Amino acid sequence: MSETGERRTVRICVNGTDMLAEAEPRLLLSDFLRHTLSLTGTHVGCEHGVCGACTVLLDGEPVRSCLMFAVQADGGELTTVEGLADPHGELHAVQQAFHELHGMQCGFCTPGFLLSLVATLRSNPEPSDDELLDSLSGNLCRCTGYANIIAAARLAQERMR
Amino acid sequence: MKPARFAYHAPETLAETLDLLADADRDVRVLAGGQSLVPMMNFRLAVPEALVDIGRVAELRVLRVEDGGELRVGAGTRQAELLRDGRVAAGWPLLAEGVRHVGHPQIRSRGTVCGSLAHNDPTAELPALALALGARLTVAGSAGRRELDAEAFFVSYYEVALEPGEMLVSAAFPAPRPGSGWSFQELARRRGDFALIGAVCVLRAGDDGRIGSARLVIFGAGGRPLRVDAAEQALLGTVGDRVTAAEVARLVADTVQPLSDIHASAEYRRALAGELAARCVLEAWERCAR
Amino acid sequence: MIGRAVPRVEDERLLRGQGRYLDDLHLEGAVEAAFLRSAHAHARVVSLDATAALAHPGVLAVIDGVAAAARLEPLVFDIARIVPETVQRATNPMVRVHPMPVLALDRVTYVGQPLAMIVARDRYVAEDAMELIEVEFEILPAVVDAEAALEPDAALVEPAWGDNLAISFAFTRGDVEAALAACDVVVEERFRSHRQSASPIETRGVVASLDPQDGTLLVWSSTQVPHMLRDLLARALRRDPDSIRVRAPDVGGAFGLKHSSYPEDVLVPLAALELGCPVKWVEDRAEHLAASTHGRDQVHHITIGASRAGRILAVRDHVVMNAGAFNILGLVVPYNSFTHLLGPYDVDALDVDVRVAVTNTGIVAPYRGAGRPEAVFAMERAVDCLARRLEIDPVELRARNLIAPEAMPYDTGIVYRDGNQQIYDSGDYPQLLRSARELVHAERFAGRRDERTRVGVGFAMYTEGTGVGPFESARVRVDATGRVTVYTGASSQGQGHRTTLAQIAAETLDVAIESIEVVGGDSAAVTHGFGTLASRTLVVAGNAVAEAAIVVREQLLDVASAMLDTPPEELELNEGMIRVRGRRDVTLTLGDVAAFLSPFNPQRPPGAPAQLEAGSVYRPGPVTWAAGVHAAVVAVDVTTGALELLRFVIAHDCGRVVNPAIADGQIMGGVMQGIGGALYEKIVYDEVGQLLTGSFMDYTLPTAAEAPEFAVTHVDVPSPLNALGVKGLGEGGAIGPAAAIANAVEDALADLGVIVREGPLTPARIHALIHGRAT
Repeated sequence: MSETGERRTVRICVNGTDMLAEAEPRLLLSDFLRHTLSLTGTHVGCEHGVCGACTVLLDGEPVRSCLMFAVQADGGELTTVEGLADPHGELHAVQQAFHELHGMQCGFCTPGFLLSLVATLRSNPEPSDDELLDSLSGNLCRCTGYANIIAAARLAQERMR
Repeated sequence: MKPARFAYHAPETLAETLDLLADADRDVRVLAGGQSLVPMMNFRLAVPEALVDIGRVAELRVLRVEDGGELRVGAGTRQAELLRDGRVAAGWPLLAEGVRHVGHPQIRSRGTVCGSLAHNDPTAELPALALALGARLTVAGSAGRRELDAEAFFVSYYEVALEPGEMLVSAAFPAPRPGSGWSFQELARRRGDFALIGAVCVLRAGDDGRIGSARLVIFGAGGRPLRVDAAEQALLGTVGDRVTAAEVARLVADTVQPLSDIHASAEYRRALAGELAARCVLEAWERCAR
Repeated sequence: MIGRAVPRVEDERLLRGQGRYLDDLHLEGAVEAAFLRSAHAHARVVSLDATAALAHPGVLAVIDGVAAAARLEPLVFDIARIVPETVQRATNPMVRVHPMPVLALDRVTYVGQPLAMIVARDRYVAEDAMELIEVEFEILPAVVDAEAALEPDAALVEPAWGDNLAISFAFTRGDVEAALAACDVVVEERFRSHRQSASPIETRGVVASLDPQDGTLLVWSSTQVPHMLRDLLARALRRDPDSIRVRAPDVGGAFGLKHSSYPEDVLVPLAALELGCPVKWVEDRAEHLAASTHGRDQVHHITIGASRAGRILAVRDHVVMNAGAFNILGLVVPYNSFTHLLGPYDVDALDVDVRVAVTNTGIVAPYRGAGRPEAVFAMERAVDCLARRLEIDPVELRARNLIAPEAMPYDTGIVYRDGNQQIYDSGDYPQLLRSARELVHAERFAGRRDERTRVGVGFAMYTEGTGVGPFESARVRVDATGRVTVYTGASSQGQGHRTTLAQIAAETLDVAIESIEVVGGDSAAVTHGFGTLASRTLVVAGNAVAEAAIVVREQLLDVASAMLDTPPEELELNEGMIRVRGRRDVTLTLGDVAAFLSPFNPQRPPGAPAQLEAGSVYRPGPVTWAAGVHAAVVAVDVTTGALELLRFVIAHDCGRVVNPAIADGQIMGGVMQGIGGALYEKIVYDEVGQLLTGSFMDYTLPTAAEAPEFAVTHVDVPSPLNALGVKGLGEGGAIGPAAAIANAVEDALADLGVIVREGPLTPARIHALIHGRAT
């Protein structure tokens, strides 16, 4: 029987690096990433699973890290925005496309969009318009009006072929 | 918005899980996908004293076609897994179509089918799908297992027929029957939102080429998904044409008793339920004919 | 450099997740704050007991209203007190100064109002402790609606006032009564712009600490106005402004919401001072929707009259605006509604009166457009109603009333908020309208029409005063490595200033943009600054940068002249190199010139400054006028009320464009927020002031799936009012969509006699309008 709030060891592989840290059960995965592991690239916008700013990949699948407890990710493989560029530092096609087509303004929602898009394009390299919009509709942006984000998604798709 | 403290358990067997849930001294809850529970915990609207994470219970991660042809979906099975499975797309296209309307990919990658059923949000798609498809739900507690029809399982707003210490361990969707047609219609404010109103319909033609059986479910118009008996009766023996659809619309609008909220008035929900039911009937019949 | 769609210099670090937003800042030994907030719209605070909270492990302090009042005066913002004399004479405003306690003391007046600050080891513990604070309330009657608040028997927000009227002013020109009587058609209508929330994806936050070495109070705030906040803190905490440094880190969107200063901005630094350790507060979304400022919430009772030929002869508008629980910014928003009412139209007789009421709701302050969208909604809706009555095409009716380009500069006869006469300096309104119309391509959507789907097109036109003063400052410096640094009081929240201001500097200094760094958002970078708001940065900061760059260029050539023993007129500056005209052999880099000034250099010109550096303060004259036309194409399903926004056209005049990609990004972003308000977003209070839209489940922002296809075209007329020829463009996109979309819906449902008087145009609302269940 576990005592209420007793800290547990969390082992996760983040962006290819094994990490080990302690977390009390209620510590949200988003806070664990940002404050325990100091990976502040993943952002928090709502803490109730709507805005998508906290999106990371868990075992390849896009998840809202504000709706998970760090302890649930024990043993998992996480990809955050810090892990998208290649080992030489070259930007991922999705990142490059956002830059070329002005797909970001304040940049706060951007990591969440990048991860969502990477997940989508990996599992569905040729999404229809409907499928692409479905996959983007889980991330909110308040700055761009979305047009350039959609264009960047299509450009990334082309380059990832 | 940070959750309150709780004790966390991550059992690996169902037996262990049920043991933990049987604790009568603590408010213990199942943590499956967390897509409904965790937001409520972050708002501190839900303050369970203990969470039992079923994510490591391998025996609950079931997605198989049983000998009898029904699709069994275990409590640990994610909505995304359902969508990726070719057997589901082929044999249970209505289920696949409905689940595609659930939230967004990030929700579906964690959210579970059974979790959504047990949560019974009145505007959620899965409870209505379960009702329309005639799903059988298996519930387990330390006292043993039992099976219920979807009709008996969904009680009212966020309330299902689970006794203290019980959990939904699987849902079985009946084997597909040849010659049936289906339709799923939903109107939501934005893409991926909970429905303002939704309608699900399954029709089967008899040998006479007319509707031999009909199930019509409306959701979003009350505390639980509703089979509109009067409309189902009216469909029998007809062909799903515009006249029938209009009659169905009228019956549905007369039957449902939705509430008003900030998103829509009761009158609107009523009218919308009728309209979507009509579209559902027409589309399901068209699929029947193919 | 100016006019090129240079990819942004901001992007790379943000794309890599290396942004430093407020909550990313980690200060050693920092503790976290949380705020207990009122769950009641209006109540007397009978008692507040924080004993149990204070005793909770991990809690450092609990500050309640009593403790706060002992240390801090209620907040009053300068901008609310200052009314130029010309504005005073023209409109005779009554503006009640309304001090706001940093923490509620004996009364709470809106849901979300902060009651106590808890400081604890971390946010989780702070929220645990917050639940232990016991507060006893005596519920008082609440008033929620602004018009109801102005009724004689309304419950009072401030009993000492005797009524709820915070602001009133009026303007009359000509004899509107007589003019209306002479009109062939008069339209009288009531239009409401409903309450919205800017909802940037990053909420607010403050981090404060005391520098142990020199006693500087270091404050980071997700703010648009670091200098204003510094000055506010200096007054509130009774410190020398020079002993306070306020910086804006990377800011995840603001849209006017982060322009106000809030109680938390003062309380968090206070806590840091008293506790002797850094304190961080990050707002959560629930707090944000209740306690960060809201926008819009105006009712216009508008009357317009025209001749049969469609000439608008008179406009009368009675405006009622809801300020929320505290009138913090005075005339800023409502006066904008007045000055932007007539927009691009030439109308002689005008009669406007505006009343602003306080109510027991969230505080209303500027939100992208800041009063302009509300006025445009009323006027552009009224114009369409007029067109219908006159049976004249709505575009044609507008065209008949536009101020002609030959009439520029056009004196509107009214006084702008800054006290200057409101004169449209430039713009081709007829061409804007024609360009928009040409881009609509409605025929492409004819195929969408069927027995239950109607297609409609709607237009809206607006003008926008941009580049308001009082000033912005800049400093340009070139160092010995050739690096150019531009310091400015402007701050950035996504507008790409680090790129556009660099482009402006690069234009004059003729260097690669990669060698220019723009530093803004820091009260220590330039001694005086105003901040980023009101569509002013390109105009005011941009011109400050340009002027400073020009001076630095002169310095460069002067020093180079001494180095090369050649008169400056014979030198040319090209791509970072200085050459003697006609000679290829001798070149100097900017770095060479800067290095020459080093005090170590015996050859340096005597008396020369140690650096290549120039500062400038740019004080604009009157605002410069941008303008736009928006057109929406919609498909409406009459059986469900569902609306699909098919296409959105923008014809825009922002003067000289510095970066076309960034300009269009600003336009589309603003339009999408306007679309959000038109179709999806509404802040809702119930009749006792409970906030019903307290999360993103209920306050629904549009997603990519709701975005239309955009078409942007420019009819840019350079501003004659500043050397760069630029006009502001941060807000324009948000001004027209509500009106354009409402007009499109009416067009689609024309045969059903639907009149759209308020939004959002949700399926339920459209359905109700069609079936006569809504007015």
